[in-house]
Amino acid sequence: MLRIACPYCGERDQVEFAYGGDASEGFPELADSDVGRWTKFVFVRENPRGVHGEYWHHQYGCRQWLRVVRDTVTHQVHSVAPARQGDRT
Amino acid sequence: MTDQPDRLGQGGRIDRSRALSFTFDGRAYAGWSGDTLASALLANGVHLVGRSFKYHRPRGVYAAGVEEPNALVTLRKGGRHEPNVAATTVELFDGLVAESQNRWPSLGLDMLGAIDRLPPVFAAGFYYKTFLGPTRKAWMFYERLIRRTGGMGKPPGQPDPDRYEKAHAFCDVLVVGGGPSGLAAALAAGRDGARVVVVENEPVLGGSLLARPRGGESDAWLAAAIDELAALPNVRVMTRTTAFGAYDNLVFGLAERVNDHLAEPPPYQPRQRYWVLRARRAVLASGMIERPIVFGNNDLPGVMLASAARCYLNRYAALAGRTVVAFTNNDSAYDAAIELAAAGADVSMVDVRRQIPGQLERQARDAGVSLLLGHAVGGANGRRAVDSVDVIEFDAASPSAGAVKSRLPCDLVAVSGGWTPTLHLLAQRGSKPVFDETLAMLVPEVVPEGFRVVGGAAAEEAPLAGLAPERSLATIAPVWAIADPLGARPRKKFVDIQNDVTTDDISLAHLEGYEAVEHLKRYTSQGMGTDQGKTSNLNALAILAGLRDEPRGTVGTTTYRPPYTPVSIGALGGAGTGQHFMPVRRSPIHDWHQGNGAVFTDAGLWQRPWYYPKAGESLDAAYVREAGEVRDGVGMVDVSSLGKIDVQGPDAADFLDRVYVNNWRSLPVGKARYGVMLRADGIVLDDGTTSRISEDHYFMTTTTANAGVVMTQFEFLLQAAWPELKVQVTSVTGQWAGIAVAGPRSRDLLARLVVDLDFDNDAFPFMGVRHGHAGDIPVRLLRISFSGELAYEVYTPADYGEELWRAVHDHGREFGLVVYGTEALGALRIEKGHVAGPEIDGRTTLSDLGLERMASKKKPYLGGALMEREGLTEADRPRLVGLETTDRGTKLRAGAILCQPGRHQGHGIGVVTSVTYSPALGGNIGIGLLAGGMSREGEVIDAVFPLRGEVVAVRVRSPHFVDPEGERLHA
Ligand SMILES: [Zn+2]
Repeated sequence: MLRIACPYCGERDQVEFAYGGDASEGFPELADSDVGRWTKFVFVRENPRGVHGEYWHHQYGCRQWLRVVRDTVTHQVHSVAPARQGDRT
Repeated sequence: MTDQPDRLGQGGRIDRSRALSFTFDGRAYAGWSGDTLASALLANGVHLVGRSFKYHRPRGVYAAGVEEPNALVTLRKGGRHEPNVAATTVELFDGLVAESQNRWPSLGLDMLGAIDRLPPVFAAGFYYKTFLGPTRKAWMFYERLIRRTGGMGKPPGQPDPDRYEKAHAFCDVLVVGGGPSGLAAALAAGRDGARVVVVENEPVLGGSLLARPRGGESDAWLAAAIDELAALPNVRVMTRTTAFGAYDNLVFGLAERVNDHLAEPPPYQPRQRYWVLRARRAVLASGMIERPIVFGNNDLPGVMLASAARCYLNRYAALAGRTVVAFTNNDSAYDAAIELAAAGADVSMVDVRRQIPGQLERQARDAGVSLLLGHAVGGANGRRAVDSVDVIEFDAASPSAGAVKSRLPCDLVAVSGGWTPTLHLLAQRGSKPVFDETLAMLVPEVVPEGFRVVGGAAAEEAPLAGLAPERSLATIAPVWAIADPLGARPRKKFVDIQNDVTTDDISLAHLEGYEAVEHLKRYTSQGMGTDQGKTSNLNALAILAGLRDEPRGTVGTTTYRPPYTPVSIGALGGAGTGQHFMPVRRSPIHDWHQGNGAVFTDAGLWQRPWYYPKAGESLDAAYVREAGEVRDGVGMVDVSSLGKIDVQGPDAADFLDRVYVNNWRSLPVGKARYGVMLRADGIVLDDGTTSRISEDHYFMTTTTANAGVVMTQFEFLLQAAWPELKVQVTSVTGQWAGIAVAGPRSRDLLARLVVDLDFDNDAFPFMGVRHGHAGDIPVRLLRISFSGELAYEVYTPADYGEELWRAVHDHGREFGLVVYGTEALGALRIEKGHVAGPEIDGRTTLSDLGLERMASKKKPYLGGALMEREGLTEADRPRLVGLETTDRGTKLRAGAILCQPGRHQGHGIGVVTSVTYSPALGGNIGIGLLAGGMSREGEVIDAVFPLRGEVVAVRVRSPHFVDPEGERLHA
């Protein structure tokens, strides 16, 4: 089980968080009406073995969305940052 | 009560001052405190304890610990009835009631034992071959018969009366196993000041030392170690606790059997406790488990592991046999043989090796053990228990067995085929053990970070200071199974005794192509069941490797998964059962509803009033009355469970424009608007009403069910997608109580109650939002309607909820006000054709729901792009329609499939989503999703409910059954 160091609350158990999906694809511009672009964002997912950037929601804590970089093999958490900051990985 | 014929007069680690009585299959026996059920049965001379899974062969106690494949019993009665428990793991308590399993009518006379003598019908792959393909129908016929003959204990028929708990723990060093190497590791870490947790499966510490003769030097060492650990405040010793699972980041699952050793738990105490333990480091000191050599009839009662015979002798002072044949390929079984001889048994040692270490040979001969080196047991004989074995000459270099050379009478065969380190927790982490040719055992290869493996688990030969070494592991001669002697009648040779898997089954599986270990397991069921093949896995792999003509190391192992030993569902569930499975949410007005006869229904976590029956009134009669009175006069319903989100900030209007499909910038202060929002994939997420309270302040309501989902989506959008928007969203669901007042007289009623507001139609028009007071109670009024009637929703801070409710109720008396529940609420909304949860089901689009005209063409909104994707725009998608039964008195059923008349096939052409009796129309109606939608208006089709064999003719019509022009709303 993971321990996620929430930037607001400190290190907390995985059970406080909800997984929020792949964070590698940026949120499309709302005005972008291209179905292909949105399809890619909503449905097309890599399933990498290794380092993966993903969203987690501190649902039973501060309710902030976080961008977590995690290794899908070892489950090592490399970094945790607020979702509103930082580069997309 | 009998005496204990096979209990030695002295010795053992039992407490002879505390006598216990118990029953097995209704017969009373005596044992001592410190016994297991298995040791007490053996001491009482009971060797037949069960019948086997498939063949109903007689079975006895085979091991002395969690590895037991055979002696499965059912414990206790009533709600505490527990099947498939290994008797070797049951601590004896006074009054214990145990029953044997899988026999009919009794253990001694099992009618189904005839299965054993049939041709090999139950060989590997029996089910697949017999009941798949063209013969599949045969399964229908045979299933009941097979279910009776096969299988294990019966499940309990009553709820478990006991309590279970969950707990969390943290430590620097977790030591798994309280044997000598685990204790040594715990002492070392504890002396350094580390926070140590020692987990031991047994009720007492000592592990393998407990099987040594009492009073030796190891007992002194053990006592000192236990004392020192007890004196260290930073060390916690958890006995009766199994570390059953190892998970990521050094998280372990522990099952603590707090009160399994008592007939029932003391008051306020749990039966078991499930621990989630986080450690910085873990020491695996889980020891080794002995495995047998396979031979014919090796499942007879009286055949057992040599280590078990030794354990019963030294730990429990129970003599498992008096005329003993020990059969081995390694040194360790000599301890059992020598000590059994010293206890007075007549012991013959059959060893496949022609040469053994000289010291070992001397010790054996000095103890009076007769030695048959270079020999093997080619098969056992006996009906309900072993009475002799056939001995053959054995040459490891020659694969074929010789003829029977002699027959040795015996009542115990103590067999040892070597040892298997217990590496399950390591393997669960993905570090599979590898086969060591020299030691003929699986040993750890890659030890994951944070783990250490010590003692037997590491194949170390007990090099602990102060302890005599164990027998050498390296002198083993790898032998796995002994073929039937030349010229002898073939006997079943069991590899996996619990699952009745024989060497022939493994050969057959290999012959039929199931030669990968994972395939072998599924095809034969070897390694499944309560013991998970702890004594059989390596033998099966070795036999398979022999058939494949490959080195054993290349065959691999099957996947190790938690739990290491069975864990009760009760412990995993903890206190979260029944009402405590999920939290309950109640409206601030709940007490009033309860005091006034409401029948409640669950809406997600919420308990909502369903209907308020008058004396003797049924659900149907009550909701029809309630809904009718609303349309005729006025009614009130508690809508406090609706999701409520406060949206504030300078960009609030922009935000609503992005998440709702319709337009929000134009909404003036003091007005509300109905809105629909989509998911990013273009499917409708939720609907509700949002009011503009002030320039930068909106009050949103969502459906009861989707409040959490909507809030989570908003947080994601504002934090991750559109952080530039200056908007704050706050869930205020619990902060407000809400009451809907509906019906043509609702205005009159509220005008009497809220005197500081002008209720005139022009002053407070449809979709208006006002703030006022009902006496001292502050209220927020929204003139909106779910029922299609003139209606208002009245909100007040939650703590005023009941007071406001009472005020409305009191003032309503003169208007004939009716209190209604969710059933009448649903009836009113269906009559009006409003969509709700059954229609907004995560699969429907705006146009499916007839809401496409709401979508703004002037601005983008979330989900707008993918709403246009292929598949969601097809013309023949099911779309919202109204339905009425052609025979008004016939009920319609939600979930019924809509079909062309008489063509009741496949998925039909649509589905009925919501149904009600309509007081306004005097008939049964519904709404549904139908291919072609309103283009079928007027058609009569069938609503089919195959589960109940119902077919109801329905006419398609507009879903707006009542007041389609909306005149009542605006009145
Ligand atoms: Zn947090």
